[in-house]
Formats: sequence, C-alpha cells, structure tokens
Amino acid sequence: MIAVIDYGAGNLRSAVRALQHVGAHLQVTDRAADLEAADAIVLPGVGATRDTMNALQRLELASALPRLIHAGVPFLGICVGMQVLAEQSEEWGLHPCLGIIPGTVRRFPSHVGKIPQIGWNQVMSCAATPLLAGIPDGSAFYFVHSFYVDTLDPLLVAGRTDYGIQFPALLHSGNVAATQFHPEKSGRWGLHLLRNWIRSVT
Amino acid sequence: MLTRRIIPCLDVKAGRVVKGVTFADHIDAGDPVALAALYDREGADELVFYDITASSDERAIMVEVVEQTAAQVFIPLTVGGGIRTVADMYRMLRAGADKVSINTAAVLHPLLINEGAQRFGSQCVVVSIDARRVPRSHPTDPLRWTVFTHTGGAGRATELDAVAWAKQAVELGAGELVINSIDADGTRDGYDLPLLQAIASAVGVPVIASGGAGTLDHILAAVTVGQADAALAASIFHFGTYTIAQAKHFLAEHDVPVRLV
Repeated sequence: MIAVIDYGAGNLRSAVRALQHVGAHLQVTDRAADLEAADAIVLPGVGATRDTMNALQRLELASALPRLIHAGVPFLGICVGMQVLAEQSEEWGLHPCLGIIPGTVRRFPSHVGKIPQIGWNQVMSCAATPLLAGIPDGSAFYFVHSFYVDTLDPLLVAGRTDYGIQFPALLHSGNVAATQFHPEKSGRWGLHLLRNWIRSVT
Repeated sequence: MLTRRIIPCLDVKAGRVVKGVTFADHIDAGDPVALAALYDREGADELVFYDITASSDERAIMVEVVEQTAAQVFIPLTVGGGIRTVADMYRMLRAGADKVSINTAAVLHPLLINEGAQRFGSQCVVVSIDARRVPRSHPTDPLRWTVFTHTGGAGRATELDAVAWAKQAVELGAGELVINSIDADGTRDGYDLPLLQAIASAVGVPVIASGGAGTLDHILAAVTVGQADAALAASIFHFGTYTIAQAKHFLAEHDVPVRLV
C-alpha cells in the first residue's frame, strides 16, 4: 500500500488518479500512523513551502516524515513535495523545511524570464536512475513553479532542466525520489516515470 | 528550454463537442473525452474545454465530462465558460480541471481573479480577454483594442483598454492570459499579432494566442512575431485541416522549441 499524503494540496486528486492509472494501490491519508504502516509515501503538491510546512506540522507529519525517510521508507515528492525536502526555503521569508537533503529552496532570478515557469520543459538525465528507464533523454515534462531546490549535493540530482539557469528537476538517491515537474500532468512519459517508481518500490 | 505550447480548445454543449468533425480511428467526434484522449496522443500540450451551455443542469454534465477526462487524460486541462464565482471554480478544479478560465465574470468583478488566486493559487486562474481593434482616424495612430464581454452572445463593448486590463488582471493574480481577437476569430486569416505583441511585452505571465488560426504559419507567427507562449486553436484541428503533430513538427522545423511525443 502506498500512502498519499492529504494535507490540503489542490492537486491531490490529480496525483491519485495518475498513480491509480498506472496500477498503484493507494491510501490517501493525513495520519502519521498510516504512514508508519505504508510501503511507500507520496507527498504531492502545488503551492508554497511555508503553507506546506505549516500543514505538515499541524498534522504532526513534519517530524514523522524525516524519521520514516531516514528509516528507509521509499518516498516520492512532487513539486512542493520535493522542495520541502530541503533544509530551508526563501519563499515568503526564510524558514526551515524538512532537512532531508542539503540545500535551499530559491526563487528563479528575474533574468531567466517569466516567473513562474509554466509549461513543458526538457529533463536531461545526469545520473543513472531506474525512474527514467525507457524514457528518451530530453523528454519534456510539465512544470509550474517559481522556486527550485538549490541543492548542495550534486550526487542527488538525476535530471536537470534549463530555464535560464540549470536547476534540479529530478532527485533520486536511495529511497528518496522527487520531481520538480508534475509527472501526473506530463502525459505519456510522466505516467511512465510514475510506473517506474512504483515498480522500484513494490 | 521551455517549449511553446499547442492547445486545442473544445466547445462543449450539454456534454457534447460542437463544431465536431469525423476523425479516423473511429473516434466519436462529439465525445469530449474521446477527443481529449486523441489530442493527447497526438501531442497536445494542454486542453481547454469551453462550456457554452447556460443551464445549471447542463453545467452538472460538464462536471462529469471533466471528471471522466481527468481520469483518462494526464495533461493539463482548463475549463472555461460560465464560471462566475469561487464556488464555480472549486467545482471544476475538484472535478479534475487544473485551471479555470474566466472572462466576463472577471470584467464584472475583477476581485474574482484575486479571490481565485488566493484560494487556489495563480497557476489555476486563467483570465481570457476578448479584444477588438478600435478604428483609427489616421493610419499613423497607435493601435488600440477594447475589451468585450458576453462574446458567447451578442458581445458588449466595455470601457476597458485591452492592454491595461491585461496588466490589471495580472496584478490581481491571473497566472496566464488567453488573448482572443474578436476581429480575427473565425476568419482563419491569422492571429492579431500586434495585439499579442502589445500584451506579451506588457505582462510577465504566459500569453496564449487565440482567434484566427487557419494555417500552420499563423501558429508559427503567433509564437515568434506575436511573442505568445502558446497558441490555442479550435477549427483547424477539429476539422482535420492539420493534426497537432503536424503543427508541432512544423514549429520544430522552424527552430521553435516544442514537445514532440
């Protein structure tokens, strides 16, 4: 059973529908006890890191999540679900995040162009990962974001994207996987990536 | 590099696509879910359902159409037409739309943009602007455009300048703008490129060109000369003049970054 965390994110259902479409057995939950019992955890998201952290704290998941991830439970974070893995975020004032990966969530510099980035952009593989198995390198995925994870550990980065600057689009290391794009809205290759992740954790 | 988007728009009335065509592959051209799936397979970057129904019964059917589509098609889906309140927005987003598009309601109640953006995020709120050129007394006068509302019916002129309204909509929280030229709509003579340029250079959010596409060159011009981030088109795809894939390959041949599937 894969637990999908319901903390009020607007696109929860999109993530649920796409995961179910590729065959996942899901439980949508906001309870730490359900996460303890899950085989894997998905944190979907759209929105701000501060709101997301506040919601996770209110649900008493902000301490449970790092503990479970450090214990080896497979985890997939999507968009803001990736960003909260960082140590801190600059969105609406510097504030701490879950601190699972070293780095800071930063706003795109203004010179990159339109912010937020909205649309399909290419993901270039930069490390071998089963998540991209069968997906042509440079395939486009759907992004909607103004902030990105500026990570201090390049070994975590499995895929990069260029939007005026290069930023991590896909993280994968051990049991932690995360996408800045929305695989649930990225058509064929997005579904393929979700299928790859489910296979790797079940 | 961020790609330019091609977005087919389906007019839906009481759960059926109007202005439909006969497609190969035994597609029911009146079935919005089947057409959405077809366009997805062809490489559409997003889909827009425009609800041209008026009654609340038919609006309930639209919710079902959105639910069925979202269960089968995994690209961004925008629903427009008849959305007047935050509750209307919520209903469509909960059904599976990723964005809602508002037009007349935004002109009548600009704070609706702000309320929607606060509640759901700017990325969910698309403001669609119907604009018509103001006749010029001299050819050297600058071009200006007036915003129209109720364009599903007879259409009503407002006092609003289209560029000023576009800026205001973005300040209020619009995440994207659809710029529809009433002059060009249905002509198949091409998008209103000066209108697109004027708005694209005035705002910092994506601009989606609408109205006038008749050839692939028109789409190319919209995303190059017109500086639009995306091109929305209806009839050239529905009537089978071109496929989405043909449009994508045409843009790629002209060095426009596109997503090829």
